[in-house]
Amino acid sequence: MDFNILDFVSNLDKENASDSRRAFFQKMGEHGGKIALAAATPILASCAAIGTTVAPNRELAVTTLQFALLLEELEHAFYVRALATGSLIPSSDRAVFTQISKHEGAHVTFLTTGITGIGGKAEAAPDFDFTARGKYPGVFRSYRTFLEVSQMLEDTGVKAYKGQAPNLITSSPLLTAALRIHSVEARHAAEVRRLRGVKPWDGAFDQPASKEQVLASAGGFIKGKA
Amino acid sequence: MLAAAATSLLPRGLFAQTGGGGASLGSGDVAVLNYAYALEQLEAAFYTRVTSSFYAGANATERSYLSDIHQHEVAHRSFLKGALGGSALPDLELDFSSVNFRDRQSVLTTASLLEDTGVAAYNGAGPMLRDPQNLMSAGRIVSVEARHAATLRDLLHPRSTAFAGDDQVDAFGLGSIMKPSAVLKTAGTFIRTPIDFSGLPKA
Repeated sequence: MDFNILDFVSNLDKENASDSRRAFFQKMGEHGGKIALAAATPILASCAAIGTTVAPNRELAVTTLQFALLLEELEHAFYVRALATGSLIPSSDRAVFTQISKHEGAHVTFLTTGITGIGGKAEAAPDFDFTARGKYPGVFRSYRTFLEVSQMLEDTGVKAYKGQAPNLITSSPLLTAALRIHSVEARHAAEVRRLRGVKPWDGAFDQPASKEQVLASAGGFIKGKA
Repeated sequence: MLAAAATSLLPRGLFAQTGGGGASLGSGDVAVLNYAYALEQLEAAFYTRVTSSFYAGANATERSYLSDIHQHEVAHRSFLKGALGGSALPDLELDFSSVNFRDRQSVLTTASLLEDTGVAAYNGAGPMLRDPQNLMSAGRIVSVEARHAATLRDLLHPRSTAFAGDDQVDAFGLGSIMKPSAVLKTAGTFIRTPIDFSGLPKA
């Protein structure tokens, strides 16, 4: 359970970087222990400046994490808006969605930090259209419609991480992080399905989805996509 | 090294480790899949007991969920056994004497513990795999385990944050992860067959 952002960066570092940087992070680890992500962010930004690389396929890792970030930004913006929309979410279910929103926000921060840490560019969230061009006109007026979209986003997130995971197989720290996020999205999906009154699963084995398949499901929410 | 450290902590010393003559996981991807297979054997056998005679007061939703979960775990066990072929671990001898199968709290708490442990074990084991197809297979299983875990937690603590509680998801939004040594401490309560885990690769 205990996750240390410095260990994370240090592990990325071990894959391909100088001994001096590794020593720097070890030293930071000794003195810092568990530190807040906010405090770690400037350190990670400096990693990018140094030009950290993740062997052996940094470009693929960056684009994979950027795609994950886009989906997390979509999810997070969706829940922030929903929680801020008066009586959309009944009080009985607010604890659930507050928790989900907290996780999606943490994923955005984590992925932004990770992308920057391996020398990539983390894009800010684009504009989203949560009606998906009119497909869900009542998404923030009808709780049932909101739940439908929520389930779709969570199930799609699970499929997306599953589909993308093999892209990270050469980087143990990144793959580990992606798998850990993947399992959290699956917990969200199960809970939202329960709130909708549908089964929390679709069988013994979940399916992966390619980037194209994910955009076919979620692209309608992203202006300029699909 | 991890395995040796774990032995001394196990309450009953059930897991004979290196050189102990226990059932061997093998090495490389085979060892990782056998590690998963051991956990799936445990889960499948547990739910076979649960569904053969439900606890007192089990409602229709609970029976439906537990029956589905039972089917999923049996399917996972069969899948891994088939994938491992002649390298598969033998059938493990299991011990559920610590569980009161007539009591809802005992059953759901144990089920929840097994699912949370399974998710954390798969999260830790995934990066040990070298073959992308094996990684995909593990990924297709672990998210279903996570769905089980969330559902069981919600049965115990309805509409709370428990389904993805702060004890399972950290401040970075990352789900729990356990090393084999920690998994063995939890699962060891229920497994009597000595297993030699020394062949598991490092992540």
